Amino acid sequence: MSIITNINKVFDHRIRLGIMSVLMVNEYADFKTLKALLDATDGNLASHTKALEKAEYITVEKQFIDRKPNTRYSVTKLGQAEFKKHINALEKLIKKQ
Amino acid sequence: MSNEDYLKDISEIKNLMNKSSRFISLSGLTGILAGIYALIGAAVTYYFVTTYSYGTLLLDGWVFKTIVFILFMVAFLSIVTGIYLTTKKAKKNGEKIWDTSSRRLIFNFLIPLVVGGLYILIILSQGRYGQTGGLMLIFYGLALINASKYSIGNIKYLGYCEVILGLLATLYPGYGFWIWVVGFGFMHIIYGTYMHFKYDVK
Repeated sequence: MSIITNINKVFDHRIRLGIMSVLMVNEYADFKTLKALLDATDGNLASHTKALEKAEYITVEKQFIDRKPNTRYSVTKLGQAEFKKHINALEKLIKKQ
Repeated sequence: MSNEDYLKDISEIKNLMNKSSRFISLSGLTGILAGIYALIGAAVTYYFVTTYSYGTLLLDGWVFKTIVFILFMVAFLSIVTGIYLTTKKAKKNGEKIWDTSSRRLIFNFLIPLVVGGLYILIILSQGRYGQTGGLMLIFYGLALINASKYSIGNIKYLGYCEVILGLLATLYPGYGFWIWVVGFGFMHIIYGTYMHFKYDVK
């Protein structure tokens, strides 16, 4: 039962797992890069980043580059820890069965 | 979710981590061809030096200028071949040739290389050209090690080999030329062949 408790509901979606994976290995990623990597639509990606932001797993930084709005995401310490726990739980589940 | 879904999640995570942080469409064939260019360049150089300058080199002589020209030709041809084959492979992999990961790779590769190049020009202008071959190998090796974090990880082993060869070449300047031939010629061909069979032929 203890393994199941480590499975994090917030990550229970392909796009969210994808966002976290990209941000774990990159200092930051902007909206466009994430969109291209994850093959997601604007609205879809926006709603998932919002959910992760609300859980305080990622931070959002808005700025202007050449007068165009640019949104950058990066992972928080909490997000990193939670994601690692989630991955470990997934791996244990796979090994067990 | 079933076990299979979890497995799929994990492999997707790994895939995304690699795709977003590393540029992997390097081609082994580039290494092989770069090695061959280096060997041809070295053979021509060897012929010129033994035929026209009796084993000694003068910095302002035409033989030296020819050697510098050959060196630039080898570098130029290797870069052009690299760009061509990499573009081709990136297209096949569905990877963009000019995105964050390839920019980061090139930037990190160039830092040690440009610093090394400038340093070599400085000591050449001071007339100490005995170390040139070794220094080229050392800085090229460091560039590979630095770039390996943003590409196929195992190019760092080629980097380690080049650095060790470079140190040997600076320790024994008399063999500098031959060690250069091994480092830029044979090592590239061996490593390129290994890469080609590991990643390209499947």
